[in-house]
Amino acid sequence: MEKNEILVDVKDLQTYFFTDDGVVKAVDGMGFTIRRGEVVALVGESGCGKSVASLSIMRLIDKPGKIIGGELLFEGEDLLKKTEEEMRKIRGSEIAMIFQEPMTSLNPVYTIGNQISEAISLHQKIHATEAKKRTIEMLHLVGIPEPERRFSQYPHEMSGGMRQRVMIAMALSCNPELLISDEATTALDVTIQAQILDLMRGLQKKLGMAILIITHNLAVVAEMADTINIAYAGKIVESASAKDIFKSPRHPYTYGLLQSIPKFTEKKTNEPLPAIEGMVPSPYHMPKGCYFNPRCPCATEKCREEEPEIVELTPGHLVRCFHPIES
Amino acid sequence: MATRLVEVQKLKKWFPIKGGIFSMTVASVRAVDEVSFFINQGETLSLVGESGSGKTTTGRTILKLLQPTSGKIIYKGKDITKFTADQMRPLRRNMQIMFQDPYGSLNPRMPVGDIIREPLDVHSIGTRKERQQAVATMMETVGLRPEYEKRYPHEFSGGQRQRIGVARALIINPELLVLDEPISALDVSIQSQIINLLQELQQRLNLTYLFIAHDLAVVRHMSDRVAVMYLGKIVETADNDELFDHPLHPYTQALLSAVPVPDPEAKRERVILQGDVPSPVNPPSGCHFRTRCPYAMPICKEQEPAMIEVAPGHTAACHLLTKR
Repeated sequence: MEKNEILVDVKDLQTYFFTDDGVVKAVDGMGFTIRRGEVVALVGESGCGKSVASLSIMRLIDKPGKIIGGELLFEGEDLLKKTEEEMRKIRGSEIAMIFQEPMTSLNPVYTIGNQISEAISLHQKIHATEAKKRTIEMLHLVGIPEPERRFSQYPHEMSGGMRQRVMIAMALSCNPELLISDEATTALDVTIQAQILDLMRGLQKKLGMAILIITHNLAVVAEMADTINIAYAGKIVESASAKDIFKSPRHPYTYGLLQSIPKFTEKKTNEPLPAIEGMVPSPYHMPKGCYFNPRCPCATEKCREEEPEIVELTPGHLVRCFHPIES
Repeated sequence: MATRLVEVQKLKKWFPIKGGIFSMTVASVRAVDEVSFFINQGETLSLVGESGSGKTTTGRTILKLLQPTSGKIIYKGKDITKFTADQMRPLRRNMQIMFQDPYGSLNPRMPVGDIIREPLDVHSIGTRKERQQAVATMMETVGLRPEYEKRYPHEFSGGQRQRIGVARALIINPELLVLDEPISALDVSIQSQIINLLQELQQRLNLTYLFIAHDLAVVRHMSDRVAVMYLGKIVETADNDELFDHPLHPYTQALLSAVPVPDPEAKRERVILQGDVPSPVNPPSGCHFRTRCPYAMPICKEQEPAMIEVAPGHTAACHLLTKR
């Protein structure tokens, strides 16, 4: 297993939702790659398609949604061609996922030990006592004190941070190659968020899995990710290393986002923040041309007519814009 | 010297927990436990803290939306703690609140024009025509098109709904506006629009804000002074720059160091707190923070630290500071 080997290659993914009011192109030609052991972030605001993209990778899109095009290569094989049976084997063991709300992702009527060992015995043929041993090991690994006692507790007996640790323990119990974290720290308080981020970083180093972080929080991404993909209205608009995104953003949307967040380290001024005007377009009425053009300060006639392709401006730095900002 | 608009002294709000066969009070949630602070006219005081620290309860108790258990609330020199609902009504014109959830705080069956006009109706201000005019002007002030007054809340986005919330709060010219997490439910690019709106309105209308938030970057940007709460108590209060540059309380230090910074090359010393916030039903003895404090000493268990003024306008409650 090589370090630089591509683990996931999402190519031109299209996931549409066929609603009564029309077709919503939630993910519309999204593409990105994740290498083995790499931490990749998919960042964007609500409605940009980031969660739908991650659910598509797990093939968890339900009606009225449908993956209508593209390829989802995982270890070289197209997940879209797998049968439901094959997918079930991959979910949980090869690709695992943690969600924003740990309370709703855990079953309230089973003990957490029961739930984690279920995940283990589903994918590995091991004895129940062995599964229990492994569960306690996992609980210990994610920093839950007194794992033996916690094993027989129910989700409601734990705090939000603890539940998120349980989710992580469950997700990692089968040594997945890829962990998808969908806004996993968003609902947590800052001091607890710091604990969980620290834990995820530590586990990533220790176990070497790749992580796909889905979030809207640029600061969290800056601390975690190697590569950042910025999504807007169902497409990736910029993709680069974390350093490049923060040091020299080239897409006007990325630039605007970074400018608009208040800086924690800067002294108070009475200057208004440089905000991005307007709002994300309605999925039923996407603007013609570049989807960002109605809000873009650099938009020209061309942007209103033609849709830009994503191009590699400098090695590893991809931008979907006719008028990228000079670096 | 700046005039004090609101002063709170040893404010306490305990919620009883009923239990047993006679529904007796078996315990209390000590949401706010002897909190003291003041807000000057025209400034923004931020209350920061994690969930369960009592910041929202404090905000609501000041407006007397909740009756305090004990302590005093002084508004413009008048003790309003014991005011009845009738006595409060004329005062309510001067104090308004805006909520976090732009979806839950607007009546879905009312057109937004009516929602914004309602405070005027309640306080019988102006004639019908004047009220109508005031709604149109206010909608424009907060960046909504007056033509939209016949539309219903579901037709608006989260950011626009918060603008409706601002309009409703400001239409009767209040002096004090309690902002309870007004932007945390919004998208990043919309957050900055609302922050700008709030700041612009504050300068234009000379408003006083009590800003309740957990996002410290926004707090740094918005506030004049900051009070940090932990488990029902204020642990530190200082001017904005002073607090962020020289935090003294170990909790403030940990809280500030936990904030992620949007710069991948920033290298910071991080204090990662162990464990969770204890239950406010049964807070630790002595200093409430001692169970998670990296510097906890024997005295912290026995004695509650007093609030001391370390520098002008900078107060903190910690035994480490008293020892010096």
